[in-house]
Amino acid sequence: MGGEGWCRKKSEIMSIDITTVKKVASLARIAVTDEQAETLVPELNNILGWVEQLGEVDVSGVEPMTAVIPNTLRLRDDVVNADPLTGGNIRDKVLANAPQAEHGFFAVPKVIE
Amino acid sequence: MTDLTNLTVADIRDGVAAGTFSAREVASAFNDAVEAGRPLGAYIVETPELALKAADAADAARASGDLKPLSGVPIGMKDLFCTQGVQTTAASHILEGFTPPYESTVSANLWAAGAGMLGKLNLDQFAMGSSNETSYFGNAINPWKSADGKELTPGGSSGGSSSAIAARLCPAATGTDTGGSIRQPAAFTGIAGIKPTYGRCSRWGTVAFASSLDQAGAMARTVKDNAIMLEAMAGFDAKDATSLDLPVPQWEAGLSSDLKGKTVGIPREYRPDGLNAELAALWEQGIEWLKDAGADVIEVSLPHTQYALPAYYIIAPAEASSNLARYDGVRYGLRDLPEGAGLQDMYAATRAAGFGDEVKRRIMIGTYVLSAGYYDAYYTQACKVRTLIAQDFEAAFEKCDVLLTPTAPSAAFALGEKQADPLAMYLNDVFTVPASLAGLPAMSVPGGLDGGGLPLGLQIIGKALDEQGVLNASLALEERAGFIARAEKWW
Repeated sequence: MGGEGWCRKKSEIMSIDITTVKKVASLARIAVTDEQAETLVPELNNILGWVEQLGEVDVSGVEPMTAVIPNTLRLRDDVVNADPLTGGNIRDKVLANAPQAEHGFFAVPKVIE
Repeated sequence: MTDLTNLTVADIRDGVAAGTFSAREVASAFNDAVEAGRPLGAYIVETPELALKAADAADAARASGDLKPLSGVPIGMKDLFCTQGVQTTAASHILEGFTPPYESTVSANLWAAGAGMLGKLNLDQFAMGSSNETSYFGNAINPWKSADGKELTPGGSSGGSSSAIAARLCPAATGTDTGGSIRQPAAFTGIAGIKPTYGRCSRWGTVAFASSLDQAGAMARTVKDNAIMLEAMAGFDAKDATSLDLPVPQWEAGLSSDLKGKTVGIPREYRPDGLNAELAALWEQGIEWLKDAGADVIEVSLPHTQYALPAYYIIAPAEASSNLARYDGVRYGLRDLPEGAGLQDMYAATRAAGFGDEVKRRIMIGTYVLSAGYYDAYYTQACKVRTLIAQDFEAAFEKCDVLLTPTAPSAAFALGEKQADPLAMYLNDVFTVPASLAGLPAMSVPGGLDGGGLPLGLQIIGKALDEQGVLNASLALEERAGFIARAEKWW
C-alpha cells in the first residue's frame, strides 16, 4: 500500500515554528541545538499535519477510552511490605544503579545557590 | 545426531522428557549458534552460562521426575524485560549499564516454568520503531536477504527476537507489542507471534513505552510453540494494576484446527487501493484455507480503520512522554553533567545524550499534544476515536469469531530504506495498530513467499480473551500453508 491514501495534506493553521519546538524541547527536558530544532520543525509538522485528520471524525456523545478491557481498580491490603519486591528496606538496591549515590541518598548538582 | 537448533519448543520439551537428548546438549547447541550468529546483531547480551545452568537444572529435574512445562528449553529474552543481575537497556544509551536488582514478572514466570536464558535480544530503542534501526547497539539483521543480496530489516520493534528465531539462534523468544511489534517482525522473518489480550501478561518489570497499549507476547516458529510459551508467560499479577485476574487457559491442550461452526470476518477497510498484489493474493488464499478448515467467511466493516494509525501516533507518544520522564540521570542509567551545570541543565543534557532521534521525536510529539491548549484537540480527540475503533470491533464480532487480514503492508524492506521518513515507517503498522488500540489478541503466521522469495504474514485478530480462537484459526492457516522455507545461512 502506498502512503498517499493515508496521509492528508498538512493544515497550515496548526503548523509549529522553531520557537514552539524549543519550548516543547524545554518542557520535555531535552537539550536541542538550533540546528537540531531546525530539523525538527518540518519533521514534527509532517507528523502533526497527518494526525490532524482525526479532527474530521464525529465524536459527539463518545466518551474517551480509559481502559481497553473492563477491569476493576484493585486496592492492595493496607499492610507494610505486603510484597517484599515492592516494599521498603531495600535502600541499597534502590541506590545500586544511581550514577551518584552518597550517604544513602541520590546525589544531584546543587539546586539552591 | 540431528541439529538440535532445528527443533521446536515442543520437540525440545518432549525430547528432554523422553531422554532423547539432554537439556545441556540443547543449551550448548544454541549457545554455539548464538555465538556464530553474531553478524545478525540479534543479541545485545549473551548469557550462555544462564542457559547451561537452567539446562543442568532440567536434567536434574528429569532424573528426579520433577520436570516443569519448559524444562530444557532455552529462550531469548527481549531486552525490554528487566532481568536480575543482567544488563537491561531497552536498546538505549540512557540505560546502558543498568543492572536490575529484580526480575520482571513475565521473565520470572518463564524461569519458574523451567526455561533458560540464552541472552537479551535487540530491539528498537524503547520499542519505538518498526525496523530495529533505532537501537543504540546497532541493527538486528533479517536472516532473509533480498534477491539482489541487500540486507533487510527483521522488522521491529522485536527485531532481535524475530531474527534470532528465524536464524535458529533460539527456538522461541519473548516480544512486546504496542502497535505491532510482535506481529510485523514475525511476518518479516517467516515465523509466528502472538500478542494476547491486554492484561494477560503482567507489565511489571517491563520497560514502559505506552502503558495502555504495551503487552508482552510470544514469538516462535510454530503456533503450538506460541501456545506453550504464552501459557508460561501469562497470569494475574497484583503488581500490575491492569493485570487481568483470570485463570490462564490451557491453550496448548485446547488447540484444534477444526473451524466448523466458526465464522471468519474479512474487514473491507483493510483492502485499500494499491494494496500489494501478492499480499492480496495471499489473503485470498488464506480465505480459502480457512474455508477448507470448515469456517464460514463473511465480509465485515470496521469503519474507523483509517483513523487508527493517527490516533495511535497521538496516544502512544503522549504516554511515552510521561513514562520516559523517569530517565533523568538521577536514579539509574546515564548522567551527563556539563561543567558548572545545574539540575535542570543536567536533566536536559542527560536526555539529549541518552535518547536516540526517534525517541526524542516521540517524546516531543507527546509533550506537544499534552500541552496546555492542545490537550483536548489532540489527546482527548484521539482517546474518543479509540473508543470508536473498539466499538467497530465489538460490532464486527457480533457477526464473526475472528478476523483475517494481512499482517504488514509489504515484505521486509531494506535497511535504511525508510529511515529518512518517519511517516513512511509508521505506515508499516497500519494493519496491526487497530487491534492494539482495542486491546485484542492477534497473531501473525507465515503464509508463503512473495515473488522475491521473502516471507509474507497473515494476521488473525480475535475477541477479547479469546486467544484460543486466534491460535486455532492460526493453526488452520499454518497446517495449510505448510511453510517450511528458511533463510539460507550466510552468517
